[in-house]
Amino acid sequence: MANRSEKGAGRSRVATLESADVEFVHVTKAFSDVKAVDDLNLRINDGEFFSLLGPSGCGKTTSLRMLGGFEEPTMGTILLGGQDVTNLPPYRRDVNTVFQSYALFPHLNVFENVAFGLRRSKVEKSEIRRRVGEMLELVDLPHLEKRQSAQLSGGQQQRVALARALVNQPKILLLDEPMSALDAKLRRQMQIELKRIQGQVGITFLYVTHDQEEAMTMSNRIAVMWRGRIEGMGTPKEVYDSPATEFVASFLGASNLLAGSIDSSDASRTVVAIAGGARMVVPSERVPDLGGAREVKVGVRPEKIEIAAGAVEVPANHNSLTGRVRVSSFTGVGNQYIVETTVGVDVTVYAQNIGQQSAPRSGEEVTLTWPVEHTFVVKPMPQAVVLEETEGE
Amino acid sequence: MEQLVPADHPGGVVVRRRRHRFGRAVAPYLLSLPAGLWLLLLFLVPLAVMLSLSLKTCNPATGACTMTWHWAEFPNEISLYHQEFITSLLFAGGATLADLVISFPIAYWIAFHGRHRKNFFLLMLLVPFFVSFVIRTIVWEFVLSNNGVFLTTLKNLHVLPSGFHILGTSWAVMAGLAYNYLPFTALPIYVAIERIDRRVLEAAYDLYATRRQGFMRVIFPLTIPGIFAAFLLTFIPMFGDYVNQEILGGTSNTMIGTVIQNQFLVNFDYAGGASLSAILLVIALLGIFLYARLLGTRTIEQYL
Repeated sequence: MANRSEKGAGRSRVATLESADVEFVHVTKAFSDVKAVDDLNLRINDGEFFSLLGPSGCGKTTSLRMLGGFEEPTMGTILLGGQDVTNLPPYRRDVNTVFQSYALFPHLNVFENVAFGLRRSKVEKSEIRRRVGEMLELVDLPHLEKRQSAQLSGGQQQRVALARALVNQPKILLLDEPMSALDAKLRRQMQIELKRIQGQVGITFLYVTHDQEEAMTMSNRIAVMWRGRIEGMGTPKEVYDSPATEFVASFLGASNLLAGSIDSSDASRTVVAIAGGARMVVPSERVPDLGGAREVKVGVRPEKIEIAAGAVEVPANHNSLTGRVRVSSFTGVGNQYIVETTVGVDVTVYAQNIGQQSAPRSGEEVTLTWPVEHTFVVKPMPQAVVLEETEGE
Repeated sequence: MEQLVPADHPGGVVVRRRRHRFGRAVAPYLLSLPAGLWLLLLFLVPLAVMLSLSLKTCNPATGACTMTWHWAEFPNEISLYHQEFITSLLFAGGATLADLVISFPIAYWIAFHGRHRKNFFLLMLLVPFFVSFVIRTIVWEFVLSNNGVFLTTLKNLHVLPSGFHILGTSWAVMAGLAYNYLPFTALPIYVAIERIDRRVLEAAYDLYATRRQGFMRVIFPLTIPGIFAAFLLTFIPMFGDYVNQEILGGTSNTMIGTVIQNQFLVNFDYAGGASLSAILLVIALLGIFLYARLLGTRTIEQYL
């Protein structure tokens, strides 16, 4: 009890001076025999907007809850600003959470909801008034202080939940799918808002979501999680443009993946022979560590492909495929094609609507070309896993 | 709508639609008719009879009563039996308080730690209700009697002096009341604790509340409507209870329920008994009114 006020006073000081970063070191969490999080190693830098992205059950929420103190890791260590917090209860951690359902206190009004953490830390009354006022100003709700939480709309509740957590100036703010209860329009608005608020307060955000667009819009860095492990990590551009695994390639945006095996490789170029007969050239730095295996999948994003009717001369440094348009659909911003290629795989192509006169129609023979540097190679998923995943849906 | 009906069949469609609408309007009333009749015949009519009886003057010999608008009956009865009202208040109050103190931890434990056996534990709480109220109380008479297992054992162990007795004291009545009404206290409190969103509690811990503060600042405030509902559900029937006093109590410290029973069955003072019942009713209504004023009417629906 006695050290709580010290802790409260210390918190604001520490948060501004120290380089606060989070580190997961070989963290595993097992529920009975199922490993929800499997040997997680992760480092989040000070002031970063970091997203854990993955499908439901991938371990992202469990990781967040371990950092918040609501779950204890089965193995491993969690460091917060260099200090081991693995076994500390939630109330002794300099971390605050915005819960998925907001979890506002139904018996308290907006002001008291936001003031809750400050009151527990024995912050002075006038100071509480000032900080809560500022925070409600920041989330754009200064006029709702006296409102009961049950009388707020979903968006307002979310802002209160955000203010309630941020007012304590934690080292890191945890956000557990905070947008999932909002409608699409409000969600986009809140994404921008959240990014603005993060810039203003400068606190590290750890954002958990299954929505790839959300994660890419807001984050400095993303970790894509699957089955308790990190499948790929980096800036949104890195993760999107050169996915590390087949899972990342298919979860993050759409990908065309062609099975093949490595034919030859040197320092700059790797040539992959595609199952149907074609050859693809890939920059060698895009080839992940395969552990000696030769079986790979070659990928290209649908928007990177250029589609042209008939036989076209392939420019230098480009890969190409030929085929016949099976489906052509106009989506407003562009055209989406599904092309049945001669290698026996359907390839999806997005062409932007920039006013070109003749879009290829269904049944037409086309040539698909794309630059070598937009081609990537991923390790294929084991077939058993692919089956299991589709059955699970 | 009307314009859409073709001109060559003006009637048919419209009539059918009306009949349909009529059925829809009447259905709720038809459905509530049995319950309404039940309430009217077995609750409202007797209530009216009782209230009018309290203003009549009756002949104790013949039992014939005539309406005399004798309002003075109320102050008379109060001055005669105010001591019994106070006794009832103390007994019911004491036993309710005991029930709240006993059942809160039980309800809390079942709600938070009952896991998949919650229903089993709730059933255990209700098991005594499979035995009639009077018989349960008579069994307590055996348990608490001077030669009963409980006192004999404690006396043999010299924990209690040999002259100690409980039966016939106020404590026996309160113990009986507390025992008989415990589930009425435990269940509303259980419902209140059970409905607390666990994530709200996590949010409290996240915002630096210790476990004790989590209880004091979140669980307890959110349980207050349930505690108040438990209080009403327990206190009001206890206040008019006479079985416990009859079986476990002595001749002194009579509760108002016993007085009312005696007025009707021993003294044949129907007007007196009826007016005492009316006073009891007013006290109960005051309690509910207070609840509604303090906590809102919506919360009553959630627990009763």
